[in-house]
Amino acid sequence: MTIRGKAFVAGAYEHPLRDIPDRSTAQIHAEVALGALADAGLSLDDVDGYFCAADAPGFGALSMADYLGLHQHKVSYLDSNEMGGSSYVAHVGHAAAAIAAEKCSVALITLGGRPRHERVMGSRMRTAPESSFESLYGVNTVSLYALAAQRHMHEFGTTSEQLAEVKVAASLHAQHNPHAFLPKAVTVEEVIESRLVSDPLHLLDCCVVTDGGGAVVVVSPEVANSLSRQSVKVLGHGEATKNPDNGRIDLTYTGAVWSGPRAFEEARVSQADIDYASIYDSFTITVIETIEDLGFCAKGEGGRFVLDGALVAPHGRLPFNTDGGGLCNNHPTNRGGITKVIEAVRQLRGEAHPQVQVPDPQVALVHGTGGSLATRMGSATLILGQEDS
Amino acid sequence: MASYGLPTPTPAVDVETEEFWTATASGRLLLKRCDSCGLVIWYPKSLCPSCHSTSTSWFEAGGDGTVYSFTVSRRGEGPYREAAPFVLAYVELDEGPRLMTNIVDCDVDSVRIGQRVRVVFDDTGEGNALIRFTPA
Repeated sequence: MTIRGKAFVAGAYEHPLRDIPDRSTAQIHAEVALGALADAGLSLDDVDGYFCAADAPGFGALSMADYLGLHQHKVSYLDSNEMGGSSYVAHVGHAAAAIAAEKCSVALITLGGRPRHERVMGSRMRTAPESSFESLYGVNTVSLYALAAQRHMHEFGTTSEQLAEVKVAASLHAQHNPHAFLPKAVTVEEVIESRLVSDPLHLLDCCVVTDGGGAVVVVSPEVANSLSRQSVKVLGHGEATKNPDNGRIDLTYTGAVWSGPRAFEEARVSQADIDYASIYDSFTITVIETIEDLGFCAKGEGGRFVLDGALVAPHGRLPFNTDGGGLCNNHPTNRGGITKVIEAVRQLRGEAHPQVQVPDPQVALVHGTGGSLATRMGSATLILGQEDS
Repeated sequence: MASYGLPTPTPAVDVETEEFWTATASGRLLLKRCDSCGLVIWYPKSLCPSCHSTSTSWFEAGGDGTVYSFTVSRRGEGPYREAAPFVLAYVELDEGPRLMTNIVDCDVDSVRIGQRVRVVFDDTGEGNALIRFTPA
């Protein structure tokens, strides 16, 4: 059994705000839900599958299903799968599988939060069995990714200038996005002259911290056919977890080495078929390792691959993150997966900004990374195509 | 035990890790080994992650290792807010496992991948110590 062609992304919506002092987290989830359903030409009355992750306030999917007024006699599929920022990319795959199995036909996925105004404590992490062997040493998100960057540089000669090229490409795209948190184009020099946060990562190697959210609606072929809005076909999905491997962690690769081939195989496409890629960009090093692991270049060649504008739309070899990505546009509630899906949908619909719209794209790849490169991560790869592909 | 100038948050000790943490108070670094396949296990747990045997035994590590990767953290969070800059590292013990740790008692800008280091025990004041390393 495969999900290839069994489900369609019919609606996508990104919250336009990046700083939200005046709404609750549940309200943000509701706003993006309404936005994505309206984009599809559907309503909350139509939803029979609901997907969210740990950013959703309350008790898994139950609290938000209640808040949103989803019809309790109708909702037949719930999924609170938590894989950090990769969750929402995985959710699209899960929704497609549920639809293929006829468990639901209109699946709503929401993300929302306001980290600029609310500190959400990871209380469950304190009871994780690994906690006292990692967290006591002053780890934070940046330092964990810095450990990976340092080792990648050591093994492959990757440079700070090469990492900076990732940020530069994202910023060139962000300047066309009126909602981008950082809309200004930056240079390699500006990146490497920004202050070191955790060596070798500079401030501008890090993603933005933004309030906001997004939602996606995944539907059955029958529902897609009934809608006037152009939808996007789900071609393949893969996911994986990579962990410290019993203390033998290799910091130079990600779970994309497993999720990527699973998605490519299901979609029956290869790297050469990818016209546009949304690559999770929590940090510049995340992109370098991921493009290697997805097979766009050999292991260790990521730093050289991104030189000469390879990631810059519309004409680079691998146009990526044309909304400006997490590095410049939006990383709502420290979880970028949903915005990665949304921008890929814009590209396939031909609705990205004209300056960064890839000409006539047929196949797009979306990759999410959650958790940490230096401990345990979730990886999810999604391949999307034109409605009639 | 000496102090190394970094915060010493108290570990969450449970029945599975109590022996490990108790040993740190007397300056011993214990590791688990699988009784069935011989694999050295990290972090300490009672299930072998390779062969899935539930029979494991403690043994004392030599305490020497090599820096596998490191970062100079220049912005601490939580209890480390005032501690920056400090070195977060993965140290590969001679027995095999790579441990998340800090490199202490040195110039933070002098740490290098491949550097030899030796374990130190940083007293938490709660009957146990954090496993840190210093240049050998």
